[in-house]
Amino acid sequence: MGWIGLNGVTFILGIPFAGAFLLLFMPSYRLSSRLNALFTLLTFLAALSLFVARPAPGLYLLVDELNIVFIVLNTFVGFTASVFSASYIAHELEIRRLTPAHLRFYHAMYQILLFSMNLALLANNIGLMWVAIEVATLTTVLMVGIYRTPEALEAAWKYFILGSVGIALALFGTILVYMAARPVVGEGPNGMVWTVLMAHAANLDPALLNLAFVFLLLGYGTKVGLAPLHAWLPDAHAEGPTPISAVLSGLLLNVALHAILRFKLLLAASPGAIAPGPLMATMGMVSLIFAAFMLYRRRDIKRMFAYSSIEHMGIIAFAFGMGGALANFAGLLHMTMHSLTKSAIFFGVGHIAQAKGTQKLADLRGLTVTHPLLGWALVAGVVAIAGLPPFGIFMSEFLVVSSTFARAPLLAIPLIAGLLVAFGALMLHVQRVAFGEPRGSSEPIKASYLPMFAHLALVLMAGIYLPAPLVAWFQHVAELLG
Amino acid sequence: MGQTAFDVAHFLAGSLVLVSLMLLYQDRLSALLNVFAFQAVVLASSVSWQAYVQGAPHLYMTAAIALVVKAIIIPVALHRMIRRLGIHRQVEPALNTGLTMIAGLGLVALSIVVVLRVTGDADIYAREDLAFALSVVLLGLLMMVTRRNAVSQVVGFMSLENGLILAATGAKGMPFVVEISVAFSVLVAFIVIGIFLFRIRERFDTVDLEALDDVRESQR
Repeated sequence: MGWIGLNGVTFILGIPFAGAFLLLFMPSYRLSSRLNALFTLLTFLAALSLFVARPAPGLYLLVDELNIVFIVLNTFVGFTASVFSASYIAHELEIRRLTPAHLRFYHAMYQILLFSMNLALLANNIGLMWVAIEVATLTTVLMVGIYRTPEALEAAWKYFILGSVGIALALFGTILVYMAARPVVGEGPNGMVWTVLMAHAANLDPALLNLAFVFLLLGYGTKVGLAPLHAWLPDAHAEGPTPISAVLSGLLLNVALHAILRFKLLLAASPGAIAPGPLMATMGMVSLIFAAFMLYRRRDIKRMFAYSSIEHMGIIAFAFGMGGALANFAGLLHMTMHSLTKSAIFFGVGHIAQAKGTQKLADLRGLTVTHPLLGWALVAGVVAIAGLPPFGIFMSEFLVVSSTFARAPLLAIPLIAGLLVAFGALMLHVQRVAFGEPRGSSEPIKASYLPMFAHLALVLMAGIYLPAPLVAWFQHVAELLG
Repeated sequence: MGQTAFDVAHFLAGSLVLVSLMLLYQDRLSALLNVFAFQAVVLASSVSWQAYVQGAPHLYMTAAIALVVKAIIIPVALHRMIRRLGIHRQVEPALNTGLTMIAGLGLVALSIVVVLRVTGDADIYAREDLAFALSVVLLGLLMMVTRRNAVSQVVGFMSLENGLILAATGAKGMPFVVEISVAFSVLVAFIVIGIFLFRIRERFDTVDLEALDDVRESQR
């Protein structure tokens, strides 16, 4: 039982958990926003320690090659988002959109969110994983509704209802997995331990597993934002505080995807079960094409980037659905690049919306003139997310497309069409926002540029040169994913 | 499990499906809440029967939670809420009873066909329980889709959840059943508070933060 002793995992879970309580009782917001960043930094360092010392899997927690990638990414973006959040929140207090009491709640929730996401990633028990994802959903619902405007409450409500349905379906799938395992593994807690299930995968009842996977894919797919269950995502992104939009897009979607991948592995290891890939690839493709067309008629900048997240989650699900070493590699790389780029974009958009006092695309014009640094950063971010070289997303999309050509050339046609349609929409909007006739306030704003530029620099670096150890690691994980 | 034990379990799970079908055609909110409370009582007896038959005392916990939270606290809270919002006599518009019932019957048939085919060699008790549970889940989903009112959507969600609890207690020896039912109660409590805020918004049209705070004060 490696999970009780002092190791990286203890800190990854312990720091945010303790931090939440501390921050709940912290009266000064200056101090608490800094402590928030400090806690997330410590969590990130603890996550890095997993590369060196990896605790043995227990009944409840597990560290393996697959989830280390997710955890490190999760804690890193959690850290940079908290740095961004500190300056974002200061401005929100100034214009009185939030009160200090809200902020205590906000910081505590931020830590709980990171705690539950880390727990969901570390869970070796499919029941525990489900509970952690439920907690993550509840905290984000509360944070989305924090402004208490009619739109925010409605967005939170929509997210809540759809999220609950997704969670309920996922639980039904989880119960079915347990029922499939019971005759083989025996009654009791072992029937929910992922490593035990994997070890007996070949003997599990394939028909029950098939049914379970359908429910799990639909349930957790709701949280990934895959069409047709994506309806909560744009509202939740648009109406909540921007640091939360960044965390939702950059992290929570990945956490749900990780859950789907775990079950995909289980099905792949069971010879009698259906191949899970085609189902995932179909949902991914539908999301990609649907979101690409929806990108055109957006009026709200955060909503637009939320649709772009649906599009990219679609690409990632498609890549993992295709399977095989190359497509999995592309999927992992794309997931990492998307998390970094999309959160950088939301950091930028957060400050832009504060500077202009609006999120409406029609009122955001000529940013490169009024706020040159923010404007050009947004242009860089959009160029990266649209998949232009030299950024990392170009490379991962190129890999997805080329592996599709190699395996199923017919599927490459809608894939490329979707990518091009989305590309066109993003370029159309960013061209107006960045270079149009300047409009609105041009007062400078106190912004924290560091997180945004750090992310973009990483994405740029990945596009030009991927370090060999990272490539080797991703290749190894890609092979594990089958 | 003897023949009688099986028959009783079967009877209770089947009643749960019937009550789910009854929920589908209730077009008045207060009647809907009463039927839901009845469903919770049926669920509690089904779960305690499973606890007795399986010799699993922790399941009595789940039954108690179902009885106290879902059959008493939540219906009472929602009754008071709809009375205060003045919507307790409201008739749900856009509800085509005939079509909904046919769709509901179709879903029950579907889940029985799917589950019985899928679980060919699983043990007979588990598979029939599962078929009933899936029917309840799908009927709950149907209700959430066909209703427009926030309160009835929530009732739909809670009846869906009853199906999940039925499935979880039917799966012999499943860990975390009690924890899951507690987690769901928390979720539902959040939802009920959520509706309250949401309905307030619909009524006053603009969200007056002051008004919300007043409401909150009077709730305490």
